[in-house]
Amino acid sequence: MSRAPGADLPEDPDFLWDNPDPKPAYDVVIVGGGGHGLATAYYLAKVQGITNVAVLEKGWLGGGNMARNTTIIRSNYLWDESSGIYEHSLKLWEGLEDELDYPILFSQRGVLNLAHGLQDVRDSVRRVNANRLNGIDAEWVDPGQVKELCPIVNTSPDVRYPVLGGTYQPRAGIAKHDYVAWGFARAATVLGVDLIQNCEVTGFEIVRGRIAGVETSRGRIAAGRVALCAAGHSSVVGALAGLELPLASHPLQALVSELLEPVHPTVVMSNAVHVYVSQAHKGELVMGAGVDSYQGYGRRGSFHIIEDQMAAALELFPIFARAHLLRTWAGIVDVTPDASPIVGLTPVQGLYLNCGWGTGGFKATPGLGDCFAHTIAKDKPHPHVEPFTLERFVTGALVDEHGAAAVAH
Amino acid sequence: MQLIPCPWCGPREETEFHYGGQAHIGYPQDPSALSDEEWARFLFFRANPEGPFAERWSHSAGCRRWFNAVRDTRTHDLLAVYRIDEPRPVIS
Ligand SMILES: Cc1cc2nc3c(=O)[nH]c(=O)nc-3n(C[C@H](O)[C@H](O)[C@H](O)COP(=O)(O)OP(=O)(O)OC[C@H]3O[C@@H](n4cnc5c(N)ncnc54)[C@H](O)[C@@H]3O)c2cc1C
Ligand SMILES: [Zn+2]
Repeated sequence: MSRAPGADLPEDPDFLWDNPDPKPAYDVVIVGGGGHGLATAYYLAKVQGITNVAVLEKGWLGGGNMARNTTIIRSNYLWDESSGIYEHSLKLWEGLEDELDYPILFSQRGVLNLAHGLQDVRDSVRRVNANRLNGIDAEWVDPGQVKELCPIVNTSPDVRYPVLGGTYQPRAGIAKHDYVAWGFARAATVLGVDLIQNCEVTGFEIVRGRIAGVETSRGRIAAGRVALCAAGHSSVVGALAGLELPLASHPLQALVSELLEPVHPTVVMSNAVHVYVSQAHKGELVMGAGVDSYQGYGRRGSFHIIEDQMAAALELFPIFARAHLLRTWAGIVDVTPDASPIVGLTPVQGLYLNCGWGTGGFKATPGLGDCFAHTIAKDKPHPHVEPFTLERFVTGALVDEHGAAAVAH
Repeated sequence: MQLIPCPWCGPREETEFHYGGQAHIGYPQDPSALSDEEWARFLFFRANPEGPFAERWSHSAGCRRWFNAVRDTRTHDLLAVYRIDEPRPVIS
């Protein structure tokens, strides 16, 4: 407990990326410079050998949801399809610091998903069993074990929603999101990828059903292939290419407390009372809840969501009663009807779609990057993203993770 | 907290309301005639514009009636509030 806040943060690097002007043409143009766009560019260059690549970002690199999320990484999803992509991602997280030669502060401190009702308990045990069948580490823990893993959780039976136990994934954890974006950006730059900021894609050039280029706020850029990684704005960007997508964009908020001594050793999430908490490397408590009910693109959310979330946090963690709230903010997340992403080919040849990660796509960053790069390079879905086609909403082969995945992240 | 003008009760706090998503979605006239494609559109595809959007709200903790609103999804401004059976107002 004597560690000074921020002591394990690395020094700022002296080089992150170049800021080139766009070239007239690229083999692959990626729309959106968040984690997914940057990771896709990196794996395109590193694994697929395609280096004539540009990432176009309307704002600044990693300034969207990548900078706004609560950084929780886990792979304990219910269905086989989800296990495939999220566990592939978790395995990549485990080697990512070496891979990128950059500190990302990936901390496998475990994630607890609490259960507060009998149905909660049954669903959780079912998920533990499903995870184990997929080779994913998962345990059911009783309230006593919850207390051992995170001593500050209130496990008293006398509260409105008592803790009846929880699922625990020891290999889950958090990473420092900005560093992840910068690590991918730096590594992609070294491999020759152009990262272009303040460059908004405003239209697509489609010739006889095939993508030919993009219109941008910095002029036309020809492109052999184009990949969408625009997260909350996927509907808006997709519409420019004539794609209609089953997405609803919602504000999602997060907040942090002032710096505290290390008190919270793991990540605790609760679906039923709807709050989740971890302690950042520097010492802030990082907290989130669910989306605002209404659709919207304004990057602020409703105050009552924060109120409910704080009420839940206080009942679960009475020691936070006097902690000050430092900052709140919101991102815009694109949610699908089955709470699973949409990744793959589109009716436009050479145009590839990656969207609908909703509230939980940060954890997928390396896995998606790897599989999406493969999909783009081979013009064929990588097996891990194959179940997540747009067609599933017509065929009915949904991957319904809504109730199954425990809390929205 | 945002004030939402219920057409019957006047402006009330957001927490009194329940959100109902896109407005003016009609149940198919002849459901058995629909193709899979058309069913998918009816069930899963909704408008998601950045700008004015016609949507439904219910004043669930007040008069409990449903109504429609046009809201700008960028600013959250409610540009018009109207009854369920009225057409979407033209907003210049
Ligand atoms: C508050 C909050 C908490 C979250 N917590 C978690 C969590 O704990 N764990 C987890 O796994 N996930 C979490 N998420 C979700 C996660 O952040 C997202 O799913 C993920 O970041 C999406 O991928 P991305 O990184 O590429 O998105 P973004 O970083 O949003 O990247 C998209 C980029 O596209 C750019 N763009 C949009 N339109 C255009 C255009 N026309 N031209 C050029 N560029 C454009 C945007 O500016 C943006 O930078 C959270 C999200 C939020 C908002
Ligand atoms: Zn009313």
